Amino acid sequence: MIDYQKLLSHKVVELKPSGIRRFFNIANEMDGVISLGVGEPDFKTPYVVRQAAIESLNRGRTWYTANAGMPLLKQEISKYLHRRFNLSYHPQNELFVTVGGSEAIDMCIRCLVNPGDEVMVVEPSFVSYKPIAQVSGAKIVPIATRAEDEFRLTAQQLKAALSPKSKLLILPFPANPTGAVMLREDLEAIAQVLRDTDVMILSDEIYGELTYGNERHVSIAELPDMWERTILVGGFSKSYAMTGWRLGYACGPAPVIEQMLKLHQYAIMCAPTTSQFAAIEALRRCDDAIADMRSEYDMRRRIMVDRLNKMGLSCFEPRGAFYVFPDIRSTGYTSEQFCQELLYAKKVAVVPGDAFGESGEGYVRISYSYAIEHLTRALELIEEFIHERQ
Amino acid sequence: MDNLLKLLESDARMSTADLAVALGCTEAAVAAQIEAYEKSGVILGYKTLINWELAGRDVVTARIEIKAVPKMNMGFEELAETLAGFDEVETVYLMSGSYDLALTISGKSFKEVALFVAARLAPLESVQSTATSFVLRKYKERGLMVHRPQDEREVTHL
Repeated sequence: MIDYQKLLSHKVVELKPSGIRRFFNIANEMDGVISLGVGEPDFKTPYVVRQAAIESLNRGRTWYTANAGMPLLKQEISKYLHRRFNLSYHPQNELFVTVGGSEAIDMCIRCLVNPGDEVMVVEPSFVSYKPIAQVSGAKIVPIATRAEDEFRLTAQQLKAALSPKSKLLILPFPANPTGAVMLREDLEAIAQVLRDTDVMILSDEIYGELTYGNERHVSIAELPDMWERTILVGGFSKSYAMTGWRLGYACGPAPVIEQMLKLHQYAIMCAPTTSQFAAIEALRRCDDAIADMRSEYDMRRRIMVDRLNKMGLSCFEPRGAFYVFPDIRSTGYTSEQFCQELLYAKKVAVVPGDAFGESGEGYVRISYSYAIEHLTRALELIEEFIHERQ
Repeated sequence: MDNLLKLLESDARMSTADLAVALGCTEAAVAAQIEAYEKSGVILGYKTLINWELAGRDVVTARIEIKAVPKMNMGFEELAETLAGFDEVETVYLMSGSYDLALTISGKSFKEVALFVAARLAPLESVQSTATSFVLRKYKERGLMVHRPQDEREVTHL
């Protein structure tokens, strides 16, 4: 008998399995669960985008593309980033196309981190930064953002986390799971701290199109002296409702991109060809579709925040992504208890906040990428639950 | 207030409180706007879409294409008004193309619908001819899928 535990990579075996997966395995086995758990849009990919993909298939365009992605797509990404976020990346050597934002995150961390380097992870945040950094031998330095700061990273917190070994700051805004955004002045304060250092930034801007209110998303790469230390990760999943297409991109200074591309070439070859054809169409013709989806999310967001606060779950107003992150401590439960009790009592599934880092304890993530009717039904059940348990 | 109409069109049961929050204005403003829309006829009414088949009641629906003789100075107006006055008639549209008016009507049985055509429609003075087609199956009604698609998203993913 082979003892696989002995054979497997220790680093991988030691990784903690995702807490969310465990929780939702229970939820999946129950009948009639109303889920508020998903992290992807409920909208279909815009018709013209799907059509472009079908057309490419019909024309038999089913080969690999260049490792970095189709030149036309890279040009469109470059134009898009300039048009929407005032960023300049040369399509030739300052960006490449990845298999979702996830791959870009993976490549970036693996290319920058040496064993013993410190990686600062702003939390609560998306679950994959830490495991990937860990496998690279990084020392994780979590930076816990707080509700009273609207879950923004402050200059003070960043200073406290810095050390001579700091290599990389993972900056995930607009944020999953909190819905927090960093305004230009917030980013300026962060930039001020980083200017005298050699710290690189992984700016995960996958939710960059989904911000609400008058302030548009600002990328830290737009700020003076920041471009040269930032790897920007973007993608099509959230903004164009294209999660299943697995398509994203990484942008940054050529020497870093070159190494990331090398690893990408050995690991992945290239991003899916059909998805690349689709993405060209998305970038060319879907600014309006994005605006429509954003406006729909915004209406849902307002309802969620209002109702949760009214039922006694204090909830700061998120300005980005499609999540609300209410404080459930008034119920006396831990995040996990709250989610379990709510699931068993009302068959409503939300995600425990501590799945996104310890600092998420005391909160739950509620996704509003659902139709309003679904959301209001779920909110009614949550309200019943809160009142019954008071 | 376009968004107000959009929200109400997709869910007429949203409370004024939720509507106000979603639109970022006061409840009073929403209520006043709705009232204005109702008075001016922008909002025609609020009805429930029912899948009668699931509810266990037999309903037969037919589309009837009517060719008609237009009246002097009135066009098809008088006939259209007459047709709209029948309770069985659900929609009345003036059409471009090879016929003039399109009706949708519902009854308990084929016979009932056929009888309506023969006894009520055909004898009308300006009706020249009718062509009746029965609905065999409904897939989508007023923008809603009759068989509601399941949410196929994998909840285990982030």
